[in-house]
Amino acid sequence: MSLTLVALMILSVLTAGMILTFVRLLRGPSLPDRIVALDLIVTLLIGIIATYAILNNQPAFLDVAIILALVSFLGTVAFAYYIERRV
Amino acid sequence: MGSELLVDVLMVGGAVFMFLASLGVLRMPDLYTRMSATSKAATLGSGLVMLAAAVYFNEFSITVRVLAIIVFLLLTVPVAAHMIARAAYFDGVPLWEGTVLDELRGHYSRVDHRLVSEIVPPTEAVVPEGEEGDDFTA
Repeated sequence: MSLTLVALMILSVLTAGMILTFVRLLRGPSLPDRIVALDLIVTLLIGIIATYAILNNQPAFLDVAIILALVSFLGTVAFAYYIERRV
Repeated sequence: MGSELLVDVLMVGGAVFMFLASLGVLRMPDLYTRMSATSKAATLGSGLVMLAAAVYFNEFSITVRVLAIIVFLLLTVPVAAHMIARAAYFDGVPLWEGTVLDELRGHYSRVDHRLVSEIVPPTEAVVPEGEEGDDFTA
């Protein structure tokens, strides 16, 4: 099986996982549930970007993954502060 | 080609772990078990896919970049999960009714956001059960 086919299959699996996470983002009864879902979406996006870089033979895409990991951590910490001070 | 097979295996393993994490975030009964699914499985999954990229490109600068991402994820994901869980417990997000042990129950003071050894008076203590988690209305 060629690498392209495997990468395409993995992209579809990760997209399916992202749809499941979006369901939790829409339903999630409390605000922290939604934050956890957003965090997971960013992590899935990092995986998608790495797979896409392999698929297109473009290592420059990995820089985007670095920035996304950074921004997602800062966003999660900011949300946690917001929830804790809201009470 | 051996290295292409290794890339395949790493990518498939990472995708399986990340899909299981998203399945867990949908199916688990309360926030804390959901976080246990996402913070561990998703980190392992994205780390495996990143390793696959490092093996595929087989270049020093890219390997260093990938290792930097993995170390950064391993450092920050537990910190972020702990902060969210702490804030959620303080906010009163309910635990699953099948929860066996809640060691924080009654020890968290609502007044000064402190965790203390002795039991806090019930008027000040956070009790995370009973009510459903609120939306943006609180």
